[in-house]
Amino acid sequence: MSAVADSHEHHGPPPIHYSSRVSPSVLGMFLFIASEIMLFGSFFTVYFFDRVVNHSFGGHWPPPGFHRPAYVAGVNTLILVTSSFTMHWADSSIKKGNRAGLQAGLVLTLLLGLTFLLTQVIEYHRLGFNTGDTSFASTFFGLTGLHGAHVFVGLSILAVMTVRAFRGHFSPEQHHGVEIGGIYWHFVDVMWIVVYVTVYLL
Amino acid sequence: MRNPVRSEADAFRFVLLTVGYFALIVIGSVIDVWVGLAVFVALTVGAVWWVLARRGRSAPPVRQAPAPSPPDEHRILVVANETVGGAELLETLRGRVAGRNARVLVVCPALNSPLRHWASDEDDARDAAQARLDASLAAMRSVGLTAEGEVGDGDPIQAIEDALRTFRPDELVVSTHPPGRSHWLERGVVEKARERFALPVTHVTVELP
Repeated sequence: MSAVADSHEHHGPPPIHYSSRVSPSVLGMFLFIASEIMLFGSFFTVYFFDRVVNHSFGGHWPPPGFHRPAYVAGVNTLILVTSSFTMHWADSSIKKGNRAGLQAGLVLTLLLGLTFLLTQVIEYHRLGFNTGDTSFASTFFGLTGLHGAHVFVGLSILAVMTVRAFRGHFSPEQHHGVEIGGIYWHFVDVMWIVVYVTVYLL
Repeated sequence: MRNPVRSEADAFRFVLLTVGYFALIVIGSVIDVWVGLAVFVALTVGAVWWVLARRGRSAPPVRQAPAPSPPDEHRILVVANETVGGAELLETLRGRVAGRNARVLVVCPALNSPLRHWASDEDDARDAAQARLDASLAAMRSVGLTAEGEVGDGDPIQAIEDALRTFRPDELVVSTHPPGRSHWLERGVVEKARERFALPVTHVTVELP
């Protein structure tokens, strides 16, 4: 038996072993979700602290003189939930090679998102109170405004996706951009449902 | 590990579940605050139970049978880490290769801490595994064993699977510390290897001083 003991020589940085690492996309998604949970969690913590611990409003929530426009926000919720359906339609269409469906789905999603954001801005103007009027107003604008910022980011992503869809960048084999943008849009939708139920209804 | 939201379709289903979850809570709250609270608790406990039950029902591992090695060669895959240079392991290998045209591949998993694993910081772990491997190959050489070696994945089962793709062994030798001291035995590595790989598996216990 020949005595050849060889431990594969390697110079430079260690060779890539993907199996020994967390997939970059998985790690990225988890880090992103974790950061968003912490961000929204901090706002919700302030909101519930104010609502449960702060007794300066005499046990009333919202404080006397403040009105939460639950009906308008409810219509806005329907708009946003509908936009998730159109987003899903767009993604399903490109998987089947239906580019017209993709384009129509993205345009509709973009329009519904814009409608949501514009409705929220108009609602802000009609509320009758501002950010500095009590802690209730601060937490109300904080939570809904934070979500509005996420909608704005989502709309920017959707706009890029739509332009790319009309330029023919996506195909049944290559539509990663639609998948990732869609996941973000659905996340924005989920967060709004939590915000709406918590801030407007309960 | 499985990412629960791997596609747009997964995320869309999550939206629908969220709508249903909060709709039921709101309906309960409209009836009475305590009903709403009860619905919230029931749905949340149910969701947690469902997630945990699904984790327990994961698909059984696929039994893998690597392509056979050349007929005139007997290949042995050795997976060991701290016990890689142990006398018991060397003795077992000498018995296995005696009178055969044998080829031995030693795989040293690059054991890493969970935090470093998640940060993909594995350089130190790989360096340490490489050092152990070099020392063990030298020990094998000193007793007349022919062996090759490589650093493998931090998960020993994954390391075996990786090696199967390139080495095609006829048998597998897993070396561990004795029961009570071995993390691998606690995690059932030997049982999992026997369950997953269609190969004769020998378990060697090494008592290190």
